[in-house]
Amino acid sequence: MNILSLFVLIPLLMLAGLWASRTLNQTRGVMLAGSSALLILAIGLAVEYTNLRQGGATADMLFTDSVTWYEPLHIAYSTGVDGISVVMLLLSAIIMFTGTFASWRLKPMTKEYFLWFTLLALGVFGFFISTDLFTMFLFYETALIPMYLLIGVWGSGRKEYAAMKLTLMLMGGSAFLLIGILGIYYGAGATTMNILELASMSIPANIQHIFFPLVFLGFGVLGALFPFHTWSPDGHASAPTAVSMLHAGVLMKLGGYGCFRIAIWLMPEGAQEWSGLFLVLTTISVVYGALSAVVQTDLKYINAYSSVSHCGLVLFALLMMTRTACTGAILQMLSHGLMTALFFAVIGMIYGRTHTRDIRLLGGLMRIMPFLAVAYVIAGLANLGLPGLSGFVAEMTVFVGSFEHPDLFHRVCTIIATTSIVITAVYILRTVGRILYGTCKNPEFEKLTDATWDERTAVICLIACVAALGMAPYWASTIINESVAPVIERLACS
Amino acid sequence: MNIATLLHMQPEVMLACFIIILLFADLTIRQPNHRILQLITIGLLLVHLATNLTLSEETLFGGMYHSSPMSSAVKSILTIGTLLVVLQAGPWIRLSDNNHKAGEFYILVFTTLLGMFFMTSAGHFLMFYVGLEMASIPMACLIAFDKYRAGSAEAGMKFILSAMFSSALMLFGISLLYGTVGTLYFSDMPEHIVGSPLQMGALVFFFAGLGFKLSLVPFHAWTPDTYQGAPTTVGGYLSVVSKGAAAFALVNILLRVFGPMAENWELLLSVVIVLTITVGNLMALHQQNMKRFMAYSSISQAGYILLAILAGATGTAALTYYILAYMAANLAVFCVINEIEQHTGGHVDRDDYRALYTTNPRLTLVLTLALFSLAGIPPFAGFFSKFFVFAAAAREGHWIVTFLALINTVISLYYYLLVVRAMYIDPSDNPAPTFRTGRLGQLTLVVCLIAIVALGLVSPIYETLCQAAMLTFGAN
Repeated sequence: MNILSLFVLIPLLMLAGLWASRTLNQTRGVMLAGSSALLILAIGLAVEYTNLRQGGATADMLFTDSVTWYEPLHIAYSTGVDGISVVMLLLSAIIMFTGTFASWRLKPMTKEYFLWFTLLALGVFGFFISTDLFTMFLFYETALIPMYLLIGVWGSGRKEYAAMKLTLMLMGGSAFLLIGILGIYYGAGATTMNILELASMSIPANIQHIFFPLVFLGFGVLGALFPFHTWSPDGHASAPTAVSMLHAGVLMKLGGYGCFRIAIWLMPEGAQEWSGLFLVLTTISVVYGALSAVVQTDLKYINAYSSVSHCGLVLFALLMMTRTACTGAILQMLSHGLMTALFFAVIGMIYGRTHTRDIRLLGGLMRIMPFLAVAYVIAGLANLGLPGLSGFVAEMTVFVGSFEHPDLFHRVCTIIATTSIVITAVYILRTVGRILYGTCKNPEFEKLTDATWDERTAVICLIACVAALGMAPYWASTIINESVAPVIERLACS
Repeated sequence: MNIATLLHMQPEVMLACFIIILLFADLTIRQPNHRILQLITIGLLLVHLATNLTLSEETLFGGMYHSSPMSSAVKSILTIGTLLVVLQAGPWIRLSDNNHKAGEFYILVFTTLLGMFFMTSAGHFLMFYVGLEMASIPMACLIAFDKYRAGSAEAGMKFILSAMFSSALMLFGISLLYGTVGTLYFSDMPEHIVGSPLQMGALVFFFAGLGFKLSLVPFHAWTPDTYQGAPTTVGGYLSVVSKGAAAFALVNILLRVFGPMAENWELLLSVVIVLTITVGNLMALHQQNMKRFMAYSSISQAGYILLAILAGATGTAALTYYILAYMAANLAVFCVINEIEQHTGGHVDRDDYRALYTTNPRLTLVLTLALFSLAGIPPFAGFFSKFFVFAAAAREGHWIVTFLALINTVISLYYYLLVVRAMYIDPSDNPAPTFRTGRLGQLTLVVCLIAIVALGLVSPIYETLCQAAMLTFGAN
């Protein structure tokens, strides 16, 4: 039992607390206490991790621990973190904390909502701390299924359709993943499920060639890889605010993390073999996602397509397989998680007041709700990569790293993907102009109020994080860069 | 031959004694007797469960009867399943039509169970056949138990006809086998099995016969009608206990008798697995009646059971574990269906479950978790059992079948989610009224729920089964 297990234990206690809670205030109290505890824990872990690294710890993963679970199949509950997991845990804790505030006034069935929400968080945290293939997969699927009810019951619009589509597509992805996991396990001689041990073995090249695409696709579905991204716009648009935040902010990162940690790390030869095809697909994701966002009229759809584009960039950079690009990919995961959560939070708050997300019906909101409007502008600027905010750091690293690749094909892909920056500016500025400036088209809107205290807490936290990452990326990029190294070395050897 | 050796078949002997005890109890207790009889039955089953602990390999009657650690484990699982069925029978058996025949119900259940025990530990084809018939004929009575309801009588008729037909096919297969090897003892057969055309025929006919019991496609046509017509409690019994026994009997015979022909039956099984899972799933998509829906779901589940059988000796632990996990989830579903049916005056359509969450939140939660377990969602037992089956099949190199089965889990998730959607999301003008489940019903649900949650998270159960499999079939 080490510090990492607390990331699973606290959500479990929260589930028990929520189950026992009788009143709304008790439910909120449990959520507030639990999510604060997780946030403090994540910050503590980050500090401790940095100290250990500076103290000279050189192992790939720190805080490792392993308890045998199913002996016949070598399944163990193994935990361990490197720099990538640390920043992902921090991101998840921040989004969970702010998500709690964003759904502070959610009705009806608040208790049930938070139960499923916490189960989702449990899956996410468990996934990032695990180093065992089976346990990782278990947590991964645990995180997926609550989405169905969260969207189906508390969502809006075509929620039944969206919930079913999302669940089935993601579960379809995990079917590929499961066969991939079995392939890795038996391919490496069926002696261990531990990723760290598997990384030191070599899986025969022909097996890697078969199972790499399966695993990459399996995680890629969650990372909104073209053409398997179609669940994302519908799902995000229908989900309640905090679920959109957690889903776009954290859950989609499970895809990128899995691609990197399992597919690329464990099967470097497969990655070399297949990178061309997937690079084309991710390039399409990046550009197509951005172009689709330009023509949308629903605020959430705009942001959902923008997520497709930005998450595509994560996978794109991972496939470049240079150290800088991979660091950029992880930074992009972090940055996109924060700014997209901010975006969805603000959109949810605007929608909660105006009851429409159609940009043709909105206008002049800057005068009516200045706080939310400014927050929207900041989120938008971060999205289009304004220096000083997180988006710039991440995208800069990604594109510089990608262009480092000497191959012509890779450079052409990079140049095509770079156009997305311009397209992003188009849809962000267009939306900001439409809904925040100009005249208010609906006299009813004049009476609307600005953000309440709980909403302000959520928004200010997120803005602070986006700005912090934008202005002082050194800590994050250093620990990520160190942790990317072993994967890149393995790739170089293959 | 003395009394001491007879003790090796203690589960069967005890069960036979129980039947006699129940007969006398039924005669002597005054009407209405359903409650007392139910409690007696539960007590007897608990005693049976507590004493059924043979862990050694034993052969009796010159090889007619063969008990092994694995068959002992399977018998325990079947007993647990029966216990859960008896526990949930209350609301249905209390009905005025059935009240006076409560005793018969329990006796018939015990008789079928006895037959299944003989099936699982048969060492001779004749013994196996007798066990099989003993399990099927009283089962038809159970299915037709609501004899004044046209559906039930019809279902009983359909079941007995298809059971007889499948028995005839199987007997034909056995006779072909006898013709080529000249013996009916399992242990004497493998040395003569060479895969000759006649033996291939025997295998196919035998497999077809058991395929009816397991409701594998293309032998599944009786299943939906029977499940729909049968009393819900009996449907639950049919879907897990009877299926579990048939599955174990099949793997036992395939490994012990047809072991040398493994290549032949692996191809046969692969095709049937893919057909069974896919057809079961596709047919389940459009079912409105919950019992019919569960029938198709159980067909597709049988495909996964068969996948474990395909993995041979490696898969036996996964097979038994799968049956256990499937039993917990499926019996919970049938218990909920039964409770709702009895409390709403016979409503069993999915639309009747709309907005159930608003009126019966706890029942809804149990049903949701049970369905998630059936669909193989972690952290519930169904996920672990499916994973072990896939791992066993993949280990034996059946990658393509495993892959197709995996893709099918997504389809199955869709229709299980439809029920969840009806209960949580769809609005309804008149949802089922709020009601209290009886105490024994609650107990069933709690036991099932604990099993659904704990079976996977607690590893010793599977590891024990792995050991039993190693002792019995030499799987490692």
